[in-house]
Amino acid sequence: MKLLNKPLRLSAWQITLSKTLLHLLILGWVIFTFYLGVTDNLGADPVKALIHFTGIGALNLLLITLLISPAARYLPAPVLMRFRRMLGIYVFVYAVIHLLTYISFELQFDWSLVVGEIVKRPYITVGMVALLLLAALTITSPNKVRQRLGKRWQPLHNTIYFVVFLALLHFSWSRKTGLQEPVIYWAIALLILLPRLQYLKQRLQRAR
Amino acid sequence: MTKRFKPSQTFKSNEITDEAVFSSRRSLLKSMGFVGAGALLSGSATARGWFDDDEDKPAFKAKPLDFTRNDSLSTDETMTPYAKVTSYNNFYEFGTSKDDPVENAQNFQVDPWSLKIDGMVRNPITLSYDDILSKFPLEERVYRLRCVEAWSMVIPWLGFELNKLLKLADPLGSAKYVAFKTLFDPKQMPGQRNPFMGGGIDYPYVEGLRLDEAMHPLSLMSVGVYGKTLPPQNGAPIRLVVPWKYGFKSIKSVVRITLTDQEPPTTWNRLAAHEYGFYANVNPNVAHPRWSQASERRITKGGLFSQNRIDTEMFNGYQEVAPLYTNMDLTRYY
Repeated sequence: MKLLNKPLRLSAWQITLSKTLLHLLILGWVIFTFYLGVTDNLGADPVKALIHFTGIGALNLLLITLLISPAARYLPAPVLMRFRRMLGIYVFVYAVIHLLTYISFELQFDWSLVVGEIVKRPYITVGMVALLLLAALTITSPNKVRQRLGKRWQPLHNTIYFVVFLALLHFSWSRKTGLQEPVIYWAIALLILLPRLQYLKQRLQRAR
Repeated sequence: MTKRFKPSQTFKSNEITDEAVFSSRRSLLKSMGFVGAGALLSGSATARGWFDDDEDKPAFKAKPLDFTRNDSLSTDETMTPYAKVTSYNNFYEFGTSKDDPVENAQNFQVDPWSLKIDGMVRNPITLSYDDILSKFPLEERVYRLRCVEAWSMVIPWLGFELNKLLKLADPLGSAKYVAFKTLFDPKQMPGQRNPFMGGGIDYPYVEGLRLDEAMHPLSLMSVGVYGKTLPPQNGAPIRLVVPWKYGFKSIKSVVRITLTDQEPPTTWNRLAAHEYGFYANVNPNVAHPRWSQASERRITKGGLFSQNRIDTEMFNGYQEVAPLYTNMDLTRYY
């Protein structure tokens, strides 16, 4: 089942243009939202609004990043793979801003409280582990590092699926009741990962 | 010679968007989810205005009230502006997001209303909407409000002491507790209709106090804020305000108050007993299992840089209630 008659192709300048627009969109969005926060145009509690925006933003980018390879395969549109690393790195960027917003505006640099909360509160610990894994994936994403890692690169980058799980857990756990927005995210994530399960099954069968 | 204009595209009549569809294009886009990324990235509070309808919804009309100010029971800390007090609310009956209630509650019917006081009383009473506003002289009290989520506000409530209402009903000597209940009306409250919107809470919302807590002069039945009647998102037409306890104890839109000799069930305690106790006194020394309660972020006016983190005080600074809890282990009875 293919959606396109022939694989989607983009010329070099089209790729550059698309990437530029994506940079502008993703960075512009977070800058604009912080601007709204500083000028008190982000509801009654700009701190909470920004923490939610960056956290949910990181999760959305993560899900979009995971959508790239099935889209490239099934549309087909192999050119999409050229955008995956960039989006993946933005997941990390948004997650870092998320943490920095929490430390600087929510806890206001009360370092004993920062450390205490990260260690003592399981849902924050979970988020922190996800962020550290994202950092490892970001550091190992340049081509040179990737070549040097060789066969070890792919297993390392498969931890992204674990990051999805941790991020969703962190999201659900932060809410006061279970039946809220995060449930939708679990469903969407499952939907996005479904084609991979099939792919995995095929590979296992072939291996036998 | 002028060149004749030749349109590059010609439309057949069946290709032209029907006017009905065109005029509902915004809601159409919204219902389509407007490209996963956009709608998802937006979060709840951040995309304010982007996907909202352009038409202004009729806002609830708050009426001015007559009152006298009670200075001795008011704090002189900087007050949280009216706009923030009325747009940042936990009222899951109207949605779990803090900006949901102001969106969804504007058409809430507060008149007629019926507030029943019954149970272990000699004189059960039922108050109408007019009774609620006029039965007792109203006082303005500026109280601190500390949410269990570690943020706080300073709010000028209008109301009367709960003990006046209870004395009118004349509790029996055997009454030990006071149980409160919020209106149950799924037609008006989308969160009660749709468990997903209401966070999966078992409605109606119920709360409770020990009788001596309820009789304390700080316990207020509030009917207004900032000189006017309460907007629906703040618990119109009548709500409880117990300033030394976490905000969720201060139940909104109350329809029934029942005197009893048993500790009544309370909504958040039923949902997560290890996180929310019956007492729920503000206590910096007892952490919520998921976050510290030692400090809080005070929401006043201004943006990102004017949100100060301050130390949380025992009983939210209302030390006069301490005698209610002598010889009680507040770590156990949190």
